[in-house]
Formats: sequence, structure tokens, C-alpha cells
Amino acid sequence: MTLDWLPPTLIGVLLVLAVIGAVRRINLWRAGQAEKVDILAGLMAMPKRYLHDLHHVVERDKYMSRTHVATGGGFVLAMALTILVHLFGVESHILAWALLAALVMMFCGAIFVYKRRLNPPSRLSKGPWMRLPKSLLTFSITFFVLTLPAAGLPIVGMLPEGTGGWILTLVLSALILVSLSEMLFGMTWGGPMKHAFAGALHLAFHRRPERFGGGRSTGLKPVDFGDGVTIKEVYGVAKPTDFKWNQLLGFDACVQCGRCEAVCPAFAAGQPLNPKKLIQDMVVGLAGGTDEKYAGSPYPNVEVGHAKGAPNQIITDGLVNPDTLWSCTTCRACVEECPMMIEHVDAIVDMRRFLTLEKGETPNKGAQVLENIIATDNPNGYSPASRTHWAADQNLKVMKDVKQADVLFWVSDGAFDMRSQRILRSFVKLLKAANVDVAILGDEERDCGDVARRLGDDATFQSLAKRNLATLSKYRFNTIVTTDPHAFHCLRNEYGDFGSDALKDVEVLHHTTFLNRLIKEGRFHLSPLAGSKVTYHDPCYLGRYNGEYEAPRELLASLGIDVAEMERSRFRSRCCGGGGGAPITDIPGERRIADMRMEDVTSTGADMVAVGCQQCTAMLEGVVEPRPVVKDIAEILAGQLIEETH
Amino acid sequence: MQPNINVVSLVSIGRHPQSGRARRAEQDGRAVELGLTLAGQSLTVVHAGNAKEPVLRQYAGMGLPSLTVLEQSEGCDALPVLMSFLQDKSVDVVLTGVRAEGGESSGMLPYLLAEKLGWPLVPRVAEVLEIKNGEAEVLLALPRGQRRAVTVKLPFIASVDNAAQEARQTAFGPGLRADFKVLNGDSVVDEAASQWQISVAKPRPKRIKVVKAKTAADRMKAATAKPVGGGGKVLRNESSTEKAQAIFDLLIEEKVIR
Repeated sequence: MTLDWLPPTLIGVLLVLAVIGAVRRINLWRAGQAEKVDILAGLMAMPKRYLHDLHHVVERDKYMSRTHVATGGGFVLAMALTILVHLFGVESHILAWALLAALVMMFCGAIFVYKRRLNPPSRLSKGPWMRLPKSLLTFSITFFVLTLPAAGLPIVGMLPEGTGGWILTLVLSALILVSLSEMLFGMTWGGPMKHAFAGALHLAFHRRPERFGGGRSTGLKPVDFGDGVTIKEVYGVAKPTDFKWNQLLGFDACVQCGRCEAVCPAFAAGQPLNPKKLIQDMVVGLAGGTDEKYAGSPYPNVEVGHAKGAPNQIITDGLVNPDTLWSCTTCRACVEECPMMIEHVDAIVDMRRFLTLEKGETPNKGAQVLENIIATDNPNGYSPASRTHWAADQNLKVMKDVKQADVLFWVSDGAFDMRSQRILRSFVKLLKAANVDVAILGDEERDCGDVARRLGDDATFQSLAKRNLATLSKYRFNTIVTTDPHAFHCLRNEYGDFGSDALKDVEVLHHTTFLNRLIKEGRFHLSPLAGSKVTYHDPCYLGRYNGEYEAPRELLASLGIDVAEMERSRFRSRCCGGGGGAPITDIPGERRIADMRMEDVTSTGADMVAVGCQQCTAMLEGVVEPRPVVKDIAEILAGQLIEETH
Repeated sequence: MQPNINVVSLVSIGRHPQSGRARRAEQDGRAVELGLTLAGQSLTVVHAGNAKEPVLRQYAGMGLPSLTVLEQSEGCDALPVLMSFLQDKSVDVVLTGVRAEGGESSGMLPYLLAEKLGWPLVPRVAEVLEIKNGEAEVLLALPRGQRRAVTVKLPFIASVDNAAQEARQTAFGPGLRADFKVLNGDSVVDEAASQWQISVAKPRPKRIKVVKAKTAADRMKAATAKPVGGGGKVLRNESSTEKAQAIFDLLIEEKVIR
């Protein structure tokens, strides 16, 4: 065979091109802002992160996880062995046989990839992704045939001599070119296989390494306002290069599987947000160009092909419409579902920060709410001196008087809302029944800053956090309990960034967790609730943000309630639509998120939905009747409390 | 936006009605907003007082490249420094709020400025329609959403009503970056005010509202119709002497002059 040199040369050339592409791509990421990452430890941890953490997410779809193990594992093994056998010409039958085995494994996987692409669900991107299974099959078959001689198989003897031989070599070379272009060249030059290259590095240099190994990292990263003397050029993310470099890398890791799109409440409601498209737009931004080639579902009611971006162009000027960013409820369903562990919510809030802090363009009631928070420490502009009016008849101890207590009850802004006050009163009733040594901050409490932060005003959030921490540090207590999962999240996960000891050794608990403990200790007694079918709605900031799925269910079980679970519950719970300032920015859609969630509730046949969050209560109760009754767990418990008579 | 006119907006430190905390004053914010629509980036915004007051950054955050502060200590009269500042410049339009949210809150500042400068004063402006040939066409805000168009010669002073376009959102970053031009003039201590005793106002008892209307239509009418005073007279074709006499008679009748 006179053309024997051709296949190895092709492999070599494409490898070199792939390396050039990789360097180019890495430079695109490096255009982002500096972020400290332990490069070596990250690279060392990468295989485990892939095999354990990433696979744990992929495993939710068993079909795809097995397919991916066979295809991806087969390919990585085959590629390594191909380099040895075909490029360096290592003559070893064992290696050749191992290569054949890897190719067979990859072939089997590729068959299933192919099968799924025959009738793909709408969440999957089409375009170049449709040709990927064919490239995978071509790769495995081509290299199988190419490797046969090296394995010393009798088929070699049957190869025709002369003309036939070099025709075969030519055909094989053409197929090598086709398949390796996809697998190597495409990997670093922006083809579908880019996900393997960028994904592996993304896992190694992830911005929230705490998430690996079963950890949880959900608190937003604070804006660095410096020492107050030097003023930065821009706060928040205006241009793609304002992202941290490993955020840019994360965007590039997207496989366009569309799992985020399938769970996004805003997308389902027809608001102009699709997390997958947003990440792809970020890729357009970091690489420069337009979204013409995007082949997935668009933002609802927004035509694809008109978005233009470049690394140094302001994102909201032509790449992403601000409405897209404001549609997000920060429910984290997309982040929870992303097999690549991309952080959509971080990116969205980063860009919102630019819109609010730099442009002053928070839509609808946003500006007013922020102004109120700044001037009165609550979003509705009520007098701070009226914060404790709800508790006028509750005989609660106030920290200013007692200085210390076992439990500090963080009341939250529910204090100003008559519906939420019913939850607060119910909770106080239970605390009293259990004889808990509890006190409140009274008028010294301020908004926790959740809304301000999600609306992008990190300056106001940080100011509130620091002032709240200063107040808290004046008093002594062992536990903070709150009925508001948003305040719970801020206190537990976000206040730690501001260098205060106020919450050191303090346990921050949601009221359901706390009440569950009291019941287990037998501190109060409840009569069973009979005759109603109850379902439970997991609030995003309690469940996905803080991992508390059990306590509310155990509480309901203690009333003898067998929870009729919704199809989307626990980590897959659908948002009520009330998070992230979404009711304030109020971006129009085709449906309301709360209506869709109430449909979920109704489909269980329940006549009552138990909730653990005042925002969720407000959103779900805003759905027109007839609908199941909405009650906070504290209210349900308080209704069943057996009061001891003396 | 009108080219080549010199607009100055005067701003004060507001006070939130619920919390009592310093804030961007409601009407002064509108004065800046109106100024920005008239003059854009060339608008001059002036505050007489403490340059270190953080609330000034809230005004600057509306997109002002700079803000002028006539530095003076507490208890000083804003009028003389503003006077000398405005006299030195060739200003066409001065915009203020109707009244400050703190201090005396008498609403006299625009009147006194106008008197001292000898300029016309247009009270409670809702909108400036057009400025050309040294004249401005201005819409005044009247009760119940009514408007009156008047024409006024430049330069003039206008106080901006709550009916004017609401102040845009203030942005943190630009607010921090705005350049503060601090001018030290001779400040004059407000002797009269320093003698006053200031105490918290007592809430006045509210008059109980008696709804006399029987039907929804009646209530709608009561809520929207102009109060029809029996004593009013419309003089259109009479001579100016007669018109002046009518006004004079009314002022005596109402005991404004004796």
C-alpha cells in the first residue's frame, strides 16, 4: 500500500489544528476577569468531579447516562490508543485489541445517540448536533477497520492488493478526515464536541468548587466595592469580558441538552427567557458573532438571528434584551438540572447588577422598591417604626430589652403584610406552646436585602447586611429562626461574606426545621388533621437553595397527613413565580407562573397546599378561585395545636 | 432637548415622610428630570449646603457628569449664595421644587430668588413644551389634572409640581463617579431661623368624610368635577382697568389687603 503514510499524517495534522484551536479558545476565556483558582488541585479533582458529581446529575436520565458512558468513555480510550497505535505506530497486539474493544463500546453508545436523535425532544438543539451521532458512528467504524491490520486479523490477508489497496486507503482517509474533524477539530473550534474540552476544564476550574462532593453553594458572590476610595470603572457585568474567566469557560461547556429549558418556569410561562439560549448568547458574546447558527428553542416570541455580540460589546446592547434577564425568578431549577453544573443564576444577577447599578434601569416597580428599601429598610416604604405593630398583642420579648435569648425570631418584612402576619402569629403561638425562650429584634430589624440583591442592587444589599449584622452582634442568642426562606438564605449563606462575628456559632434555621425539632422533643402536641388531602409545595429558597426537603414533610406526617406529592416536587419543584424580584419587575408572558404551579397542585387532587414561605403563599393565593386552600405549615400546625388548659 | 440654553436645577436634601431619613427630594428630583430633558448633559445641578451629604450622590446617579455644591455650614441661608451664583452666570431657566421637605419648607425660595433677580416666576410647572426665540411655552399644573399653558420670557424661575415627569431611577455607579464642584462662597447665617424653636408637628385630627352621594355617578362627579364657586366671575372682553378693579375688589373681599 503506497498511501500508508496518509492516515497517520491526517491524524497528526488534525491533532495540531486541535491544539491551535484549544489555545485560541483558552485565550477567549482568559479575556475574562481574574479569579483565583487552584489550577493543579482542580485538574487533579477533575476526573472525580466528572465521574461522581456530573454523572450524578446525568444519571437522572438513565438512558442518556449509559449512552454517554459508552460513547464518551469509548471515545476517550479510543483516541488515546489511536494516537499510540496509528500516530506513533506502537506495534502491540494488546493495544490494538484494546483499541478495537473501545471502538466497539463507542459504536454501541453512538447507536443509542443516533436512536435518540431520530425523534429528538424539543429541548434538544438541532443543527450541528444532528450530525454528531453520524460522526461518532463514522469514527468508530473507520478506526475499527483501520485497526484490524494492527491487531493481526486474518481480514488483512483478504485485502485486495494494488489499486484496490490504495482506493481503500483513500476511502478510509476521507472518513478519517470527516470523523476526526468533528471529534478533534470541532472540539476546540466550536463544534458540538466543544462540550468535552470546555466541560472538562470547567469542572476543574469551577467557580463554586464547594458544589462537588455533595456540597451546596448557593449564596451569590458579593460585588467588590473596594475600600470606598477607588471607584471601579463598572459594577456588575456590562460586557462578556466583565465575567470572571471561569464563568466564560462555564458558558462554553454547555451541551445544549435543554434540561434547563424544560424546567425553567419563565420559559414555560412564555416570558422571553430560555436558560439554554441565554448561555448560548453568552458564548456568542465571548467568541463574537451572531446567534444565527443557534438551533435550539428561542426565547419565547423572540426571533433567532438578530442577536449580535462581541467580547467588548455591552451585552444588553444587541445581544440580550434586558427583559430576558428580568424574567428570571432565580429559582435555580436550571442550575440544579444542568449536567454541566453551569451557574445561570450567577450570570443573570451579574448582568442585572450592571442594569441597576450602572444604568438605573430596573423595570416597572423596581426603582420604587429599591428607593423604599434605601429610605425605609422595607420594600413598601412603610414607617420603620411600625414594624412591630403586628405583634402588639403577642407579648413578645424584644432584644433591646432582654439583650439575650435562646432563640431569635427573625420576623422579616412579612411583618408589614396582613396575610403574612397570620403566619407569624401562628408560629408565635407554637413557640409559646413549646415554651421557647424567644425574642425579636422589633423595630431594629431591617429588610434582609434579598430583593435588593436579586434586583441587582448589591450596594443596598451590602449596606443592609452590614447594618443587620451590627444589630445582631449587640445581642446573644444560639439560634435564629425565620418563617421566610429568603431571609433564611441571606442570613445563612450570604451574610458570611461581610466579616462579622455576629452569626458565628449561631444556627440559622427555617421555622419548619425548628418546629420539627420541637415536635421530636415532644414540646407540644398536635391533633391529627383528618379529612383533607394535602400536597406540599417546596419553596425554591428552602429546597434547592438550602436542601431542606424533609422537615416540612415530617411535620405534615406528624399530623397524620400523607402528602400527595406533585410530579414536580423536591429538587424539581416548580417555582411559584415570586422569587428574584420577578413580581416587581413583572415581565409579561403568556401565562402566570403561579397559575401553572396551582395546576400542578390541582392535578394531585389535593384540597389544600401546604407552603413554607410567605412569598409562595402570596403568589399561590393570588390564583383565582376555585382552587385548593393555601396555608403555611405553621398555620396548619397552629390549627391542630392541643392547648393545655390549666 | 433644547440646544444652547442654560438650565440650572436647584436641589435640596429631602426627608422621607415615613422614616424621616434623608433622601432625594421628590420635587427636586423632578426638577432635575425636567432639566435633563431640557438641557441633557449640559444641565447644571446646584446644591447649597454640605458637599459630603451622601444623598447628593442620589441626584448625581440620575446621570449627571457633575454637580455643583455651594459649600456652607448648617443654619446658613441658601438664598444669598444661590443669588450670587446665578447672577454670575448667564442662566436661562432655573428649576426648583415647590417646597423643601425639611427645614422651613416655606416654599419661598423660588419667589425670593425671582424677586431679587428680577425674573418672572412660573409656579407649579408640569411641563416645558418649547423654548424658542427667548420665550418658553410652559404648562402649569392646576388641581384635578388640569393644565394651563403660559408663555414666559427667558430667563425665568420655575417651581416644578408633583405633576411633572417623575425623577428617573438613580444608579449607584454613576452617582459615585460624578464630579463634585465645590465652591466656597460667603455664607450668611440665617439669624432669624437660628432664633426659632422647632418642634415635631402634631397630627391634625382628620375631618370625617361624609358621603352624601347616593349613586356611583354622583360619587364620580364629586371626585372629578371642578369645585364650582358661586362668587367666581369670568372677565374676557372687559377693559384692563375693569379687570384690575375686579381683582382688587376680590383681594379686599378675601382680606388679602386691607
